[in-house]
This record gives sequence, C-alpha cells and structure tokens, in this order.
Amino acid sequence: MSTGHAPDIDRLIQLLGKLPGLGPRSARRAVLHLIKKRDPLLVPLAEALATVRDRVRTCSVCGNADTVDPCSLCADPRRATGTLCVVEDVADLWALDRSDLFTGRYHVLGGTLSALDGIGPDDLSIAPLVDRVRREAIEEVILALNATVDGQTTAHYVTERLASTGVRVTALAHGLPVGGELDYLDDGTLAAALQARKSL
Amino acid sequence: MEWQDTGIVLAARRHGEGHAIVDALTPGRGRTRGYVRGATSRRLRGVLEPGNEVALTWRARLEQHLGAFQVELVRARAGPLLGDPAKLATLSAACTLLTLTLPEGEAHAGAFGALRAVLDLLAGLEVAPEAMAAALVRLELGLLGDLGYGLDLSRCAATGTTADLVYVSPRTGRAVSRKAGRPYRDKLLPLPGFLLGSQAGPVTAETAGAGLRLTGFFLERLVLHPADRTLPDARGRLAALLAAKVGSDAATDGGDDASARTE
Repeated sequence: MSTGHAPDIDRLIQLLGKLPGLGPRSARRAVLHLIKKRDPLLVPLAEALATVRDRVRTCSVCGNADTVDPCSLCADPRRATGTLCVVEDVADLWALDRSDLFTGRYHVLGGTLSALDGIGPDDLSIAPLVDRVRREAIEEVILALNATVDGQTTAHYVTERLASTGVRVTALAHGLPVGGELDYLDDGTLAAALQARKSL
Repeated sequence: MEWQDTGIVLAARRHGEGHAIVDALTPGRGRTRGYVRGATSRRLRGVLEPGNEVALTWRARLEQHLGAFQVELVRARAGPLLGDPAKLATLSAACTLLTLTLPEGEAHAGAFGALRAVLDLLAGLEVAPEAMAAALVRLELGLLGDLGYGLDLSRCAATGTTADLVYVSPRTGRAVSRKAGRPYRDKLLPLPGFLLGSQAGPVTAETAGAGLRLTGFFLERLVLHPADRTLPDARGRLAALLAAKVGSDAATDGGDDASARTE
C-alpha cells in the first residue's frame, strides 16, 4: 500500500511514533510540521539530537542524566551538601528540581524493588547510596519515593540499609493534596492524612 | 463475554504509557487477568495497588482472551499499610506468592478467604509481626493444599499418634511425633504448635519463623523451583524482622535456650 512519501520519511514517522505520548498519527503530524519548518526547527532539532547522542551520560555520583560528569547539580557549589534526596528515577529528580523547593543534592535509585519484575536490591543503586552517605558526611536523607506498595517497600528497605550509618532518614508526607476535597479522597489517602496530622 | 465480581488486586504491571495488565483474585474465578485502560489516570492511580478490594467487570469476545477490566474501588487496603514495614512485607509476600503460584481462571475460594483474613488482620492498629507471619503461614499452608501438595499434619507418619507432633518430614510432608523423630531430628523440619488445630500452641516470633521456614521449604521445592521461580523477597524481609525480634527477646530474657521453646 502506498504511503505517499519516501521510505526515509516513513522511518522517521515510525521512530517518532515510539516516543512517549506519540502514536503513528501524531508522529506523522510532527514529521509534516518538521518538514514545513525545516530551517527554524528540523535542522536545530537534528543538531540537538546529535549533541545529546554524543555527550549525554549518567552522572557517576548521583545517577542523573547530563552532558557532564559529575552532573551540573552535583558540581554546583551553591547546593547544600548535607542533605540528600533519594528518588526513583531521573524523571522524579527533574520534577523535584523544577519545583525549586529543594536545594540539596540527589541520588537516583534507578527503580523500586519488585518481586514480580525480578528487581532486587542489587539491581538498584542502594549500595552506592550507603557509600555516599558515609563518604560525604550527609546529615539527612530524604526518601522521595512513590506512595505505592513497591515505592514504600523500597523506602523501608533503604531506611534499614542506612541504619548503620546513623544518618537521619525522613520521607515525604502522604495525605491531603493541595486543592483536594475530603469527600473525593480514597480511604488510603484519608488514613495517611489522619496518621500524619499535625498540631496547629 | 462479560462477568462481574468483587476481587482483590494482586499485581498491576504497567503496559505502555497509561495502561496496565492487572491480576486480581476473585472468590469464584480465582486469579484472573485483565487489561485496564487509563491505569495511571488520577481516578485509578491509587486503586490498582496490591491488596485493594475492587468491583470488577471483565469483558472479552472469548473466554481465552486477555479481556478488559473495569475497576471500581470497594475498599482501599494498601494505603493504610504503607508506613509499617512488617505489614507491607506481609502484604507484598501474600500477593506476590498468589500471583506466582495460582493458575489463571481456576477457582480457589480458600485462597481468597485466606488473603482476606490476612488483610483483615493487617487492618488492625497494633498487630505483632509474629501474628502477621502466622497468618501468612496459614495462607501458604492452604495454598499448598489447593495446589495439590497439602501437608498432612493430623497424625504421626511413623506411629500414627496424634499427640506431641513436633516435626514434619521434608520428604513426605507428613507430621512426625517427638519420640519417633528424635533419631532424625537434624533432618526433620520443626512443626510450630500453632498449626495444629486442637493442640494449637502460642504464636511467638520463633514459632512464626519456624512456620515460614516450613511452608517456604515446600513451596520452593514443589511449586516455585520447578517453574524456575523463587520465594518473594518480601517474605525474607518479614522473616528477618522476626529473627531480629527473636534476638532481642532472647537478650531480654537473659538468653533462654530458644530451641527448647520450639519443641
């Protein structure tokens, strides 16, 4: 069946269609848009992709993805060195950093423990975390892991592994979301919010 | 084809960007699997956690198809357990084990009831880890029976007596009395008293740990290893919590001989 375009363009559509959030139809639209905006968009995009391909690497200290090693966050002297925020993956690190609420350093675990998926402690960056806490005189480790069974199982396991270092381990609070209405909340969130209530 | 039932979520594996393949345990149809569209949506995000009770509607053209689940939360069981490592380990161990071992589409009302009993226990405010482990051991014992590998703990395999049963033969899975088992005690598995209906003994950290070792041995040998699988890590974490408690209890009691209490 004729697609009405060259195989190279078809290949580009197929590749773009594999990206998160894009299907074949939206990939086709994106390719058409790139062809129309060749100079202002297609050329810089191709160059940016080539640069990232050549230069991106995983930070040997925290596990972040960057074009330098150590990454720009680890190398930034303005960031607090005594606090470490542990996240599941790079997307969580970027989300937290976008918020500008945390000024310490990060550590990416690379996933969560999952018996069904065969992910055990050795598959995650837990041993490097313990080493880092010992080596860098960390005072507090903040576990910013998902409020799921796997996320919290990992949090408890990491807490246990860090016990021997004597570092203070804290976790993000669970409960009422900003703008949340009580009658729309599920029992689990309500229970967590009640358990984490505070004096006013 | 379409059916509706209540169920307990056992596992949800993400599929693609926003969907999931969900395993649920129902009383009438056993472990069933279905595709949930929009599993990461705001509405469903907290629903598809292991242990949550849900109302399920399953639809497919043929019974053999994967089918699509429509899921509605009935009772959020997982959320309140997230802060307690022992409860979380028990929940994970039970749900993972049932996912790994139960065949799909085969009714196991006993397993459903046992899982619900475990979840009811975990919902309590102050539950000792040994009580959680004992509930998990009972679930596993029932699971072994459901899968055709039931242990016979009713009488001694050697003498037929029903009194003073303290061992289980690792070869036959049958109980052995203290007297008959004495010459082979190094090779036999300890039988915790709380598994013996009328002779029920106390549930302590030590007996609960012995129970985990007993059912773990048979689950590994008969069910998991032949399928190239292993016991869930969460189960090991619960056993480690119990072992730590045994250690601290022994220190508090001035180092009583622990093995004497098992027997």
